[in-house]
Amino acid sequence: MKFLCVECDRQMAFEERQLPGDGTLAAAFRCPQCGRVVALLTNPMETQLVASLGVKIGGATLPPQPLEMVRGMVTTGREDVFADDAKGEGGTGKGPHPIWSLAAEERLARVPGFVRGMVKRIYADYAKDRGIAEITPTVMDTARNELGLEGM
Amino acid sequence: MPLNIRTYHDLTEPDRSGLAGQIGAQRRRVAERLATVARVGAVMSGKGGVGKSFVTAHLARALARAGRAVGVLDADLNGPTAPQLLRLPVAGCTSHDGAIEPAVSPEGVRCFSMALLLEDGRPLAFRGPEAESFVWRGTLEAAALREFLADVAWGRLDLLLVDLPPGMQRFAELAELLPEPPPVIAVTIPTQQSEDAVRRALHAARDRGAPCLGVIENMAGGPFAGDAADALAGEFGIPVLARVPFHPTDDVWDALVPKVESSL
Repeated sequence: MKFLCVECDRQMAFEERQLPGDGTLAAAFRCPQCGRVVALLTNPMETQLVASLGVKIGGATLPPQPLEMVRGMVTTGREDVFADDAKGEGGTGKGPHPIWSLAAEERLARVPGFVRGMVKRIYADYAKDRGIAEITPTVMDTARNELGLEGM
Repeated sequence: MPLNIRTYHDLTEPDRSGLAGQIGAQRRRVAERLATVARVGAVMSGKGGVGKSFVTAHLARALARAGRAVGVLDADLNGPTAPQLLRLPVAGCTSHDGAIEPAVSPEGVRCFSMALLLEDGRPLAFRGPEAESFVWRGTLEAAALREFLADVAWGRLDLLLVDLPPGMQRFAELAELLPEPPPVIAVTIPTQQSEDAVRRALHAARDRGAPCLGVIENMAGGPFAGDAADALAGEFGIPVLARVPFHPTDDVWDALVPKVESSL
């Protein structure tokens, strides 16, 4: 999938990805010559189809997580099957361990146990890599968009 | 006047999404993980209920008894039975160095299966829009197979057996994911109906360039009439590797080991 600014005859460059949380996706592309921006909007089925390929529009921003797609997409997984993974508290990113705000912890608790450990580690790594001391719901929203974590 | 629009392949500027590159990276991850696996073999039939999983599990156990390092990848995502057949202990999954550790049977067979992940009695279900789920479900299942290959710490194996579900779709996905199509062992029961289904499967495998190692006739000598194994062996020029009775002893499986190994 590529976008061409027909007027300038230039390939448009990926600019930004947004995941509103309703299963849809918005990806903006900018013409490097005239600056015109167009947005690709996908419906939930189209978003799902792209996700099911294990690829991310705008590029992969995370190292692959083991069984990432299975854990992120299966809804009938055993709650405790990755219990050991959930103990991996702070992630492996650089920087000091971030703390979790109460609201962020509550939000994390609503993530199914099947995938919670992986999600927690991803957010912790995101915060550590950027020197973010406290993970809040706002940080989680920003990370979700930047990293393309649909449904997490 | 039509617009003068260049084609997809004409556009060669750097593309941050790099979707083709992401797919390529997935394939490399599979190849890297399987670099320590000497052989991958697919157990298939094309027909349901002929005992593919039963044969796979017992063959794997016999190989382990013979001192081989063997793994079973249960590719029947919707009806996984390998853990029960291999008598795997119920346990959680642990990850180490970016990979999930496989479960290990009492005989030492390493196994990974959707059954290890799902709640008891629940079907495999995916998050996503229910409408038009047929569009994406198959792709998700193929991605699950890819992750089972790439993200499980299979370690050094002499043979990784892939237990395929009925039909040929999963075989096509497996052949696509591996560097080359895997050799196949076909399982049939004696009946004409099974013969017809297995014939189609063997043709499909051969059309993909997969070597056919032989055919195993399961449930032989019982109430099912027919000579499916002999007919298929003659037609495809492959050996009948075993005729497995209804209540096979370990001897039957142990005798199969050298035949499978010599055909690989």
